[in-house]
Amino acid sequence: MDKVCYSVGGRTILTDFDLLLEQGVNRTILGVSGSGKTTILRLILGLLNPDSGSVTINGLTITGLKEASYRQQRKKIAIVFQGGALFDSMTVGENVGYRLFEEGRLKDREIEEIVREKLRFVGVEPALDLYPSELSGGMKKRVAIARALAADPDYIFFDEPTTGLDPIGVYNICSLMQRLQAEGKTTLMVTHDLATAFATSQKFTFVHQSRLLFDGNEAEMRACAIPEVREFLSPTDQSLFV
Amino acid sequence: MSIVIIDRMLLRFFADIQGFWALSCRALARIFRKPGYYREFAVQFDKLGFGSIFICALTGLFTGMVMALQFIIQLKPFAATSYVGGMVAVTMIKELGPVLASLMVAGRVGSAITAELGTMIVTEQVDAMRVEGTDIIQRLVTPRLKAMLLALPLLTILTDVLSLLGGYLIAAGYGINPTMYMSAFTQFIVPLDYLEGLVKPLVFGGLISMTGCYVGLATSGGAEGVGSAAKKAVVASSIMILMSDFFIAKIIVVFR
Repeated sequence: MDKVCYSVGGRTILTDFDLLLEQGVNRTILGVSGSGKTTILRLILGLLNPDSGSVTINGLTITGLKEASYRQQRKKIAIVFQGGALFDSMTVGENVGYRLFEEGRLKDREIEEIVREKLRFVGVEPALDLYPSELSGGMKKRVAIARALAADPDYIFFDEPTTGLDPIGVYNICSLMQRLQAEGKTTLMVTHDLATAFATSQKFTFVHQSRLLFDGNEAEMRACAIPEVREFLSPTDQSLFV
Repeated sequence: MSIVIIDRMLLRFFADIQGFWALSCRALARIFRKPGYYREFAVQFDKLGFGSIFICALTGLFTGMVMALQFIIQLKPFAATSYVGGMVAVTMIKELGPVLASLMVAGRVGSAITAELGTMIVTEQVDAMRVEGTDIIQRLVTPRLKAMLLALPLLTILTDVLSLLGGYLIAAGYGINPTMYMSAFTQFIVPLDYLEGLVKPLVFGGLISMTGCYVGLATSGGAEGVGSAAKKAVVASSIMILMSDFFIAKIIVVFR
């Protein structure tokens, strides 16, 4: 992302925002609720268009292009949405195999094998024939991860993956992310859950009031003197964000 | 009301019209494009078409009955009750059959399309589809358009047939000869009337499905937004049906 500005309804969400996502470097975008973290993911994916600045994926600047012209670039990226965003008219198996069915390159039996393998990886294979409405919150997140994995992307984006989960669910998601990273996937996570962030990422970006305030590793962040960053890491009664 | 508010409302109105026609043109351009999403089309045809048979059948039957009843009362002083069949037929096939069937379907189906797509928007399912590489117009809009373009003319034919049957039952009850009832059809109806009776539901089907899809895909604001979008879609499609009915009738009159 290069000097990206984005506003909606007269409200500025991002101002001159730069971000470089390198393969193999797992990153977390931190910030208080409403600071524009999810918007960053949506801008990278081309789901939103910036007011100014540009977004480039693998050398192709997608800003201003028609969606059809960068679908190939976007196939290298998958996203796990905050609520899972599972297609409620489809079974878990159909959800996970969605992209493969759409591409139409593989036979149904091959797709089913891949779907079972991905569901096994996230530990919900028995739910293959269930509908999303029959799953718990944690299972939905894991199915969403399986769907993201099905197309074998290089990058996986996570939008608040641990929100609303119990400690066991949070642990499961964290360990899943670590296993993905061990398999060579690069993750970009948006969260305000510090424990999850520090457990799964090497680089951290802090966004506050539409601007990038900090970018660095965990040690640099903990030593950072910027008041907003310090307040975020150790909130006090006189919180700057109230 | 200040000029700024009027200006904003007009801008919004014209932006909606532009967005509606842009989406409609894109959906129409994709009708014969692959992938055809035949399964989605079949599901939508079942939901939108077969699911509306009962309300259209009831609408047709009772409208035909009440029309025949009113015509008999009006025509009796002139000893012209033998024309009842023809009058019911021409009114239903040209006007009331298409309009009433479409209004019933708009209430049932228009809101359903909007609520379904609106829910998909607010739960990020549409975004998920886009990220997975899907053309959402091809996947979500065109199958619904195709289903309605096929279903509504068929539902209108059903409404027409049952209205004639309803009219026949009332006419028979008032002692009108069945042969006279049916022979009046040919006296009143010309082939162009059948064409008018089929063109209208085709256009209305397009309007209902596209209004539902456009309003549904523009939904924002969670559950409350979905509810108000569904209401907006029904009102907008009903108004468009009534307005376009006049213009289609006017165009066809030119060719008579």
